[in-house]
Amino acid sequence: MNEPGLQDIWVYLSASPLLGLTITLVAYGLAYRLYLKTNSNPLANPVVTSVAMLIILLLATGTSYSDYFEGGQFVHFLLGPATVALAVPLYQQFSRLRQLWLPVTISLFCGVVIAAGSSIGLARLLGGSTEIQMSLAPKSATAPVAMGISEKIGGLPSLTAVLVVITGITGAVLGTKLFEWIRVRDDTARGIAMGVAAHGIGTARAFQVSSQMGAFSGLAMALSAFATALLVPWLVDLLEAWIPA
Amino acid sequence: MQFLNGITLLLVYQLIGEITVRLLGVPIPGPVLGMVMLFVTLMIRGKAPESVDQASTALLSHLSLLFVPAGVGMMAHFGRIADEWLPITLALLLSTVITMVATALIMQVTTRWFAKPLAEKEGGDE
Repeated sequence: MNEPGLQDIWVYLSASPLLGLTITLVAYGLAYRLYLKTNSNPLANPVVTSVAMLIILLLATGTSYSDYFEGGQFVHFLLGPATVALAVPLYQQFSRLRQLWLPVTISLFCGVVIAAGSSIGLARLLGGSTEIQMSLAPKSATAPVAMGISEKIGGLPSLTAVLVVITGITGAVLGTKLFEWIRVRDDTARGIAMGVAAHGIGTARAFQVSSQMGAFSGLAMALSAFATALLVPWLVDLLEAWIPA
Repeated sequence: MQFLNGITLLLVYQLIGEITVRLLGVPIPGPVLGMVMLFVTLMIRGKAPESVDQASTALLSHLSLLFVPAGVGMMAHFGRIADEWLPITLALLLSTVITMVATALIMQVTTRWFAKPLAEKEGGDE
């Protein structure tokens, strides 16, 4: 990097969103190809490999996260419209949903309360700070929803975004093994559990198992985003009253 | 053009959602309200327009990509995660496993209790 030419190009690139956006898409493209090469092995989840590639690249070039995010934000922004878009699968599956409305309602309510309650409880038990507990509480909801809730209850939204991604990956990687282990074979139940616990990343995995599991996972993710937004702030108040930190 | 119309409509619903949430001080995130309003609109219209269907399929089929920039954000929180790695990793891992197992079992049991038996047979296993 001694020639002034290269230096100039680097200065230009690191100040423009073009680089961050391009490397995000290229890394994901490579990660996705690798994922297909391994016959969709959940351990090669494309989010894991692309995030790892990008972090290594940024650390190696000494680029800060905020510089990267200049470009990354364009991809990140699409999480908002993607959340709105969930109305479509929800609408298309409505007849199945109406048939199963009672089991789905009960499972969603329990799932959302268990997800938030167990993460706050476990983090508190293990000596995590209040900020960590609150950042973990909405971790099973999709990113924009979880970040909004985290901000409201006193967590760190940007940390919550990271925890949301790790939660989704955990769910996507462990999901099918867990379901086999507890002998849940019905794709409706598997999909609901995947969507409640592991939002969009779990849903992407569910679609690879079967389209029915994917549709129900997407449905559960949409409904639990809504339920988490309503229930978690209330649950936090309740826990505070019962067990003071 | 279809795709453009669809994505525009999704953004309009998100925008209305964000504005409503702020005006009324409702405790739910804007995109979630936008989703609910779009859902209600689709129910009233009785069908999803081709444009919205296309845009939502495009966005949802690459949903994992959209989480990548947030995941890279880990590098900005290395310090904090290192400080409290035990509560963070254990709480996250156990809570995710517990949630997944409990929800799947509850759904399986309640379906058997309440749902009318579904005639169709599914070959869901991999």
